[in-house]
Formats: sequence, C-alpha cells, structure tokens
Amino acid sequence: MLTISRDLYDKIVAHAREDHPDEACGVLAGPAGSDRPERFIPMENAERSPTFYRFDAKEQLRVWREMDDNDEEPVVIYHSHTATEAYPSRTDVSYASEPDTHYVLVSTRDEGSTEFRSYRILDAEVTEEPVVVME
Amino acid sequence: MSIEVRIPTILRTYTDGAKQVEGTGSTLGELIADLESRHAGLSARLIDAGAQSPALRRFVNVYLNDEDVRFLSGLDTPVKDGDTVTVLPAVAGG
Repeated sequence: MLTISRDLYDKIVAHAREDHPDEACGVLAGPAGSDRPERFIPMENAERSPTFYRFDAKEQLRVWREMDDNDEEPVVIYHSHTATEAYPSRTDVSYASEPDTHYVLVSTRDEGSTEFRSYRILDAEVTEEPVVVME
Repeated sequence: MSIEVRIPTILRTYTDGAKQVEGTGSTLGELIADLESRHAGLSARLIDAGAQSPALRRFVNVYLNDEDVRFLSGLDTPVKDGDTVTVLPAVAGG
C-alpha cells in the first residue's frame, strides 16, 4: 500500500501534465525505513522522450547523496506514460533496481483525467498496490 | 592502498549486505577485478564482457568521486588510495 499526501499526489500529477508529451520522472524521498514519502524531487528526463525516461546520471548522484546525508531513501520513484496505461512496461520492469521503492505510474494519455497507480517490482515481478491519499 | 566503493541496495547480495566495501587497483577495471575476488558475481553486474572488449554496463552509473566515469576513461580510469567509487543503477524505463 502506498500512503501519500494530497499535496505530493497533486505535485506528481502536475509534473506529468507539464512535461506531457514527454515522460516526466522523479522521486519522493522519505525518512529511511519509514515508508513515508515526504519530499518531492522532480528529476530531469535525460532522454526527453515521449516513450522513455532516464534520470540524468550527475543529478542522480547529487540526489542520492543528499538522501544519504539526510538519512532518507527513495520511497517513491514515479514516471509518466503519455500514450499508454499507467502500468509498468517490460522496460520499466527490467530497469527496476530499488527493491523497497513504490513505483508510481501516471498516465497523461487522456487530457481530461490522469491515471495514478502504484506498484512494487521485485525480481521482475509486478504487484499492484492500493494508493491511499491523505487529505 | 584502499579505495572505498559504495554499493547500491540491489548489489548488496554480493557483499553480505555491506553498503560499502574496500578494494585496490590502479584502474577502475583492476579495482572491480579485485572486488570480484572477494565478492563473486559482482563484476558481471558492472561489466559486460561483450564481443569486442569489456565495458561498463550501459545502465549502471559508476562515479569516481563526483565524476561519471563515462566522461573519464571508463574501465581504464585511473584510481588511487583515498578515492571513493560510487555505483548507482540507472533509473530508467519506458
């Protein structure tokens, strides 16, 4: 289960809408071991593509170091799909490398509404989980 | 001679859970070979032995201190005592 504040939920959706039709991506950091997303960290999509995303390597080092210094971890890694459903693609599954992270997929394929779903990806297996938004 | 190597969560199965290990070598390639001698299987996660010549895997980021080694000399990048090498799997997808 992913528990997320309305504020962070809205920030992810806004980021995805802003970058559409390119895929948007980023991290929600939270205190290590808490499973609580607290800090919104939108990342640059170094691919700038409507079908692929990749964190810029230098930015990733800076952000990961910062989280380490703050005793935080990446509670959520999110990215958007701009023409397909909010479900992890084969590529998403093959690159998923953080076993404790909630992988959030957002879809901006429909102008009127945004799909927001969350998954765990472990050993190439995808398990969807409920998203609880705290108002 | 001692070089600190920071290991990401997903590779800690090769280091008995350690998030940091030490190694020696005068190049990144040598350092990885040295780590492999104590943490079998780690090298294959970092290096693609490949057809032409071994190279760092495309979706693994390796940094020497603050620099991405892709912008240095890849596996031939010189390393020395006191350096820190950080490994981070690329975050990517489609």
